[in-house]
Amino acid sequence: MNLYDLMFYLFAALTVISGFFVVTNRNIIYSGFFLLFTFFGVAGIYVLLGADFVAIVQLIVYVGGILILLLFGVMLTNKITNVEIKTGTINIYPATIAIGLLTGSLLAALINSSWLTVSTAAPEPTTKALGTMLIQEYALIFELLGIILLIALIGAASMARREK
Amino acid sequence: MEVGLNHFLVVSTLLFSMGIYAIVTRKNAILVLMGIELILNSANINFIAFSRYGNFGLQGHLIALFVIVLAAAEAAIALAIVLNIYKTLSTVNIDEIDNLKD
Repeated sequence: MNLYDLMFYLFAALTVISGFFVVTNRNIIYSGFFLLFTFFGVAGIYVLLGADFVAIVQLIVYVGGILILLLFGVMLTNKITNVEIKTGTINIYPATIAIGLLTGSLLAALINSSWLTVSTAAPEPTTKALGTMLIQEYALIFELLGIILLIALIGAASMARREK
Repeated sequence: MEVGLNHFLVVSTLLFSMGIYAIVTRKNAILVLMGIELILNSANINFIAFSRYGNFGLQGHLIALFVIVLAAAEAAIALAIVLNIYKTLSTVNIDEIDNLKD
């Protein structure tokens, strides 16, 4: 087992175990902090797949932005004076059975299928190539994403502070 | 056993299942949003894994970037909606929000 495999198993275990705690922990704050480790493990998996730029964007946007936003949401929608910020669950048994069946069938399908893998060359830095693609053949999508972010920003701000 | 495409797909499948589980079982709307983020992350792992092991160039990376941007926009809008729901109904438990108008 070489170093690459070892790092993969480390990050995969980090991702899956903390993800499991995210969905099973009864305290919302704990779930939020376990989500931090999940996002970090996913960023490590991106690095192992040769996607350096996407990994950095994952760290900046998910860990630095979305997670903070979610924690703000938790803080603003619970009575902080109430020490127990806990949440209930519904449909536990049917959901567990159905998700187990779904996971089993997905895993069986992907393990039994023979994927055609062509390139196993060592990955190269992707930032320059990604920037070129964003400016050239994906320029329209890039501009549209900018407009979508602007609309989302204005919409979220105006919705969150609307008075009755 | 050499780490290959299948290993990454297994990780993303497990993340996807846990995201669905969070969406189906949790009452709190914020935790449902966390489940959605888990699902988006698992889709991103799939995109980048196929981009690495297939002959697709860097297009998988670009799609993953677009997904991340849209996830940021989605989280902002969804949290604004959740805050409005909390202001109106004083709860964010999804099973208690069942009326259209007062």
